[in-house]
Amino acid sequence: MARYLIPLVLFVILVIFLAIGLGRDPHEVPSPLIGKAAPTFQLPQLKDPSKSFSAQEMRGKVWLLNVWASWCVSCREEHPLLLDYARSAAVPIYGLNYKDKREDALEWLEQLGDPYVLSAADEDGRVAIDYGVYGAPETYLIDRDGVIRFKQVGAVTPEVWERKILPLVKDLNR
Amino acid sequence: MKRSVVLFLLLLLSCMAFTLATGAAQSTAEDPATEARLRNLSQELRCLVCQNETLADSRADLADDLRREIREQMKAGKSDQEIIAFLTQRYGDFVLYRPRVRPVTYLLWFGPFVLLVGGMLVLYRYVKQRRDSISEKPLTAAERRRAEDLLESAPGKEIA
Repeated sequence: MARYLIPLVLFVILVIFLAIGLGRDPHEVPSPLIGKAAPTFQLPQLKDPSKSFSAQEMRGKVWLLNVWASWCVSCREEHPLLLDYARSAAVPIYGLNYKDKREDALEWLEQLGDPYVLSAADEDGRVAIDYGVYGAPETYLIDRDGVIRFKQVGAVTPEVWERKILPLVKDLNR
Repeated sequence: MKRSVVLFLLLLLSCMAFTLATGAAQSTAEDPATEARLRNLSQELRCLVCQNETLADSRADLADDLRREIREQMKAGKSDQEIIAFLTQRYGDFVLYRPRVRPVTYLLWFGPFVLLVGGMLVLYRYVKQRRDSISEKPLTAAERRRAEDLLESAPGKEIA
């Protein structure tokens, strides 16, 4: 009996492991930055490069930093949702325009609408490296003390917004 | 004769052109020691965009940026260890092609050896059991007598 049972049990265990492996998104790499201070930066603003924006200015506020670019396909997919969320004013959304041409980025915002309070222009992608960005769009939720609480790699979905971001925002604003 | 001289001169000229060209290429290239170090180090690092490629092989935009970052840090006198720390702080251990040996990766590092030892144990037991089951045991006196009877009665006679 055991003779047939042992291979069967081993096979079932193997299937369970493979099923878990298949269900995972290999592009989702756990970020080591969760629970750590958001890297500081100082960048020119996209719309008015003479002004600058720095993450330190946001101390005392809960905010979202959304990494986007006009060349990024998933950003276009995510964009209408961001517009909705910006209108709901649940949490201020700031943009980090990643490795983009200024004209292209401005045209993109003009055509599709601008969900961002403002966007900072990270033309050579150095700030993005500090944030561990490896595939736009990426979204960071940063708390009052400037600590990264949540990171979404890839487009924010309604599910992520409802289940993860909104509850966290509520919690952090309390 | 004349033709061979011309040919020789042409060859000489092309050689010169070649050395000139390589000389120029070398002077515009980055410092070769840094490049060699960069190549070595980036072979140990994973490109996060195309995850089964090393940073050295990847042509992704991000890989370019990361190589630039590493090159700059090397020029600034940072050690390989410091650069690896810089990258793992941002991208996690995933950026390392060779996973670190820590409790979460013990299974990964030592699992195959555990399986090997386990397999050898199972094999050893199986072979031993099999040998025991087919080994010859001396016959008892009664068994011997029966065997002799059978052998005597067998040839040429019909078996009922």
